[in-house]
Amino acid sequence: MDRASGRDVLDLRGVLCPTNFVHIKLKLEDMAAGDTLEVLIDDGEPMRNVPKSLKQEGHRILTVRPEGEHFRLLIEAGNVSG
Amino acid sequence: MVDSSESGMEGLKANLRKESRRLKLNFDELKSGGFIKQTQKDLFTVRLRCPGGSVTSERLRKASEIAEKYGRGEVHLTVRQSVEIPYVSYVHFDAVAEELRAVNWSVASCGARVRVPTACAGCSYNPNGLVDTQGLCAEVDRRYFGTPTGHHKFKISFSGCPIDCFRTRDMDLGFQGVVEPALAEDLCNGCTLCVKACEDKSLRMVDDLPVRDKNRCVGCGDCVKVCPVDAMKVARRGWLARVGGRHGKHPLFAYEIANYLTDDQVYALIEATLGWYQKHGEGRERIGAAIVRVGLEKYVDDVVRPLGLETVETAAERRKYWSGGNLYGQG
Repeated sequence: MDRASGRDVLDLRGVLCPTNFVHIKLKLEDMAAGDTLEVLIDDGEPMRNVPKSLKQEGHRILTVRPEGEHFRLLIEAGNVSG
Repeated sequence: MVDSSESGMEGLKANLRKESRRLKLNFDELKSGGFIKQTQKDLFTVRLRCPGGSVTSERLRKASEIAEKYGRGEVHLTVRQSVEIPYVSYVHFDAVAEELRAVNWSVASCGARVRVPTACAGCSYNPNGLVDTQGLCAEVDRRYFGTPTGHHKFKISFSGCPIDCFRTRDMDLGFQGVVEPALAEDLCNGCTLCVKACEDKSLRMVDDLPVRDKNRCVGCGDCVKVCPVDAMKVARRGWLARVGGRHGKHPLFAYEIANYLTDDQVYALIEATLGWYQKHGEGRERIGAAIVRVGLEKYVDDVVRPLGLETVETAAERRKYWSGGNLYGQG
């Protein structure tokens, strides 16, 4: 739990592609469509790949916030059932 | 010194002519290629026609059957996506051709002809794919397969995106998928993901909106694919054309000559380029050597401009597509 936002935060700093994406994907699949998830991912390769993959899977990134060497993304779970 | 392999080949040809009368071999079909002489006496490699490397399971079973019946129970997967059956004796050519006809299949082209085109999976299932490489590759094969050039081989390839896995720069003609992005400013929320996604650093934020430098953008479409609010859109989609590439003993790096071609413009460029090569090529030179000899400008004036294509004109326009390396003694 992140104190500032009061939300679940998936901290994937230091986790490489595509493992970081798989963690997010599995978490989002357990959530209802429209629910939100905050994740922390590194700049560079993760920021190039993960957002594109999330869009392909039908999820939506609501906000992007730079925080030093990493980024905080707020993701809205899409309807991925079936 | 007598070239023994040459006389050996002559002997083999004479033997083949004799045998062919007995076997009623269609020599024109044979010469159009597909049967490649091996080191071993009387043995040939049968090169199968696999445009874009797509082969049905039915045809694969047939290749397997032929390899077991007439070869040594093995196939070779070539660098240009073909399935080859090695160790087939020329006495079985007719039987092999008959077996292939049973699954509506045939051998590939060799010699001074348009070869079977190659292609990646393209947009059919590759997430990077921007265009239908497989569809256009199949149609180009249907239209131009085996067309004689009068000079040398002619290779065509299709890549679905600027990653260019199918090495369009090494082809006599290469076609690579591109998209031109355009921003719907009213939809953009300024998230900067497109700037992050762009490997070519062609986007930067100006007043909370991404601005594109087209002198850097190679048209990969990653900015469109990442945009969470679909503000970055595809303004145009088409093919970047390259001409004059080859590998081999003396490689040439192809020139980008025109951009955003439609499928119909691809056919038109292939036809006009083949006509130009037949007319202006000398001896056994590849089209790249002919272009180097007469000058790229002449090829562009003769072929590209009359088709009304969007030309890529200058070295400065081409520079963004590559990043240096060994220029073969030029620096």
